[in-house]
Amino acid sequence: MSTPLIKVTDLEIGYGKTVLLRDANFEVARGDIFVILGGSGCGKSTLLRHLIGLEEPLAGKIRIAGIGAPRLEGAAPRYGVMFQSGALFSSMTVGENVAFALQEWTHLPIEAVSAIVRAKLALVGLEGSEDKLPAELSGGMRKRAAIARAMAFEPNLIFLDEPSAGLDPVSAAELDELILALNANLGLTVVMVTHELESIFKVGKHCIMLDRDTRSIIARGEPLKLRTETEDPRVRRFFNRETSVPQWQ
Amino acid sequence: MVMDRPSIVYDERLSLVVGMVQRFSWERIQGPDGTIRLELGGSITIDDAAALWKRISETIADVEGAKTVTVDLARIQVIDGACMALLVQFRTDLRARRIACEFQGGSPEVRKIVDLYGGRSKGRHKRPKRRPVSAIEQVGVATIAITAEAKQILDFLGRLVASTLHLIRHPKSLNLRDVGLTMERAGADAAPIVLLINFLIGFVMAYQSAAQLKQFGASIYVADLVGVSMTRELGPLMMAIIICGRSGAAFAAELGTMKVSEEVDALHTLGFLPLPFLVIPRMLGLILVAPILVLLADAIGIAGGGVVAALKLDISPTAFIIQLENAVKAKDVLSGMIKGVVFCATIALISCQQGLATSGGAEGVGRRTTSAVVSILFSLILLDALFTVMLAVFGI
Repeated sequence: MSTPLIKVTDLEIGYGKTVLLRDANFEVARGDIFVILGGSGCGKSTLLRHLIGLEEPLAGKIRIAGIGAPRLEGAAPRYGVMFQSGALFSSMTVGENVAFALQEWTHLPIEAVSAIVRAKLALVGLEGSEDKLPAELSGGMRKRAAIARAMAFEPNLIFLDEPSAGLDPVSAAELDELILALNANLGLTVVMVTHELESIFKVGKHCIMLDRDTRSIIARGEPLKLRTETEDPRVRRFFNRETSVPQWQ
Repeated sequence: MVMDRPSIVYDERLSLVVGMVQRFSWERIQGPDGTIRLELGGSITIDDAAALWKRISETIADVEGAKTVTVDLARIQVIDGACMALLVQFRTDLRARRIACEFQGGSPEVRKIVDLYGGRSKGRHKRPKRRPVSAIEQVGVATIAITAEAKQILDFLGRLVASTLHLIRHPKSLNLRDVGLTMERAGADAAPIVLLINFLIGFVMAYQSAAQLKQFGASIYVADLVGVSMTRELGPLMMAIIICGRSGAAFAAELGTMKVSEEVDALHTLGFLPLPFLVIPRMLGLILVAPILVLLADAIGIAGGGVVAALKLDISPTAFIIQLENAVKAKDVLSGMIKGVVFCATIALISCQQGLATSGGAEGVGRRTTSAVVSILFSLILLDALFTVMLAVFGI
C-alpha cells in the first residue's frame, strides 16, 4: 500500500480551552476525494484550518507527504486552498488574483504568467474573465475563480471549504463536475468540507463524520456505503435528513 | 359591527397599528372557581397587533385570583404569526404567575399557525435565569480581556520586529506597490485637507492673540507665536489627527474586512505573511510622507498667521518674515518633523494591529475601526506630552 498523502495522528483541536475534536486519526490517500462532514458547529472548518496550517493543534500530528507539518511561513504554496467565500482579493481583477502567487514566487515573464492565468481560468470555465473584478462575478463564478487561483501552482493537493454552500443547484452541480474532472484528469487529491448531501454522494470517495456532542470522529468510509450500512443513529439521521420537529409536519 | 379603517398609509398597505382600532372580538367570561374564558373571533393580523397587545396587557394586569385561563380560538377566521406569537407570550406570562393557560379550538388553518408557533406544546418553557454579574466579576472579565488584548499587541509587535528584520535581509521582498499606493492615498490625497485645516488653525491662533498683543504694543510677536506653535506643536499634531481620521480608520477597516472575508487567510495559503505584505508597506508609506506633510502644515499655518498679521495688525509680510526668522530655529522644524514621523508610525501600527485583530463580521470591523481611531488619538496626545517633556529636558 502506498504511503498516504495526509496522515493525521491523535489530533486534538480547539480554541483556547475549548476542545472541538479529540483523538482524531485518519489518512487521506493520493488521488482521493476525501470529505469531512458533520452537522453545524462540529468543527469541520476548524479541522480544515488545522490541515492547511492556519491553526496549531492542541495535540497530535498532521503530516503531509513531501511537506511535513503544514506550515505557512512565507514560501511558495505547496497545496491549493479554496475558502468558503472564495476569498478573492477584492481590489484585484480575477486575472491578478490567479497571477498573484505566480508573479511572486516564479521568475516567469509577464507574458508567460498571463498565458498560465488564461489556461487556469479556461480550466474552470471562466475564459475571458481576467479583467473582471470579483464583485462582478456570481457566487459560483467566484468559487471557480478561487479554484483557479488555488490551482495556479500546480498542486497535487487541494483543500475546499464548503464549495457548494450558498450556490443554486445548477452552479453547485457544475462545481461538483469540476472537482470530479480535476480529480480524474489531473490525479488531484481533494480534501473538502461540506454538509451538502448531494455533493457528498456525487463526488466523495471517502469521508469522515464529526460529531459535536462526543467531539470525535463517529463514522468513516465510503459515503454511499455509510448511508445504507450504518447502524449509528446519528449517522443515519444525518444521511437521511431526519428531523426532530414533528409538529411542523 | 364593522368599523372603518383609519387611513394611515404605509406604502400600499393600510395600517391600524397607530390607531389601535380593534377589529377582532375579545370576550372575557368570568367563570366559577377562578376560571377565565377568553373568546377571540374575527380576523387578527399584524394590523391588529397593537390592539391585541393592549387587550393582553389589560388582562394580565387583571387576573388576580385566577387559576385557569382558557383562550378559545374557535371563532377566529384568520390569525397571523405575529399575533399568534403575542398569544403564546400571553400564555407564557400567565404560566410564570402560576396560572394555567391553554389554547382551545380553532379551524384547521388556525391550528396550523398555533402548532407552528409552539402553541400546542404543554411543556413549560423555562427561560434560564440570567444571573446578575457582580462588580468583582465584571472587573475580572475586563482584566482578562485587557490581558488578552495586551498579549495580542505584544505578539503583533514581536512578529513585526521579526518581519522587519527579514525585510532588511531581503529588501526585494518588500511590497513596493502598497508603499506607493499608501504614499499617494495618505500623502498626496490628504494634502488639500492638511493645508486647509492648518491654514485655518494658524489664522485663528493669530486672530485670537492679535488683540492681546496689540494692547502691549507687541503685535510683531504674532510671528513668534504662530511660527513656534505651528512648527513645534500644532503642525505635526494636526497633520497626525487628519491622517488618523483619513488613513488610520481606512487601514483598520480595510484590513478588518480582509480578515473577516478570509482574504488574510488566503494570503497565508499563497505564501505571503500579512505583516510584511500588508502592515510594513503601509507603515513605510506613512513614515515617508510624514515629514513632507508636516512641512506643508507648518508653512501653511504660518501663512495663515501672516494673513492676519497683514490685515489686522498692519504688519508687512517682510517684517513678519524677518521676525519669523529670528523666532523659529531649525531645531523647531526638525523636532516637529520627527514628531510627525513617530505619530505616523503609531497611526499605522495601531490601525493595522486593530484591523488584523478583527473578528465577527461587519459589526467587528466597525468596532475595531472605532477602537483604532480612539486608541490612536489617545496615543498621539500621550506621545505629544512625552515629546514636550523630553525636548524640554534635553533643552531642544
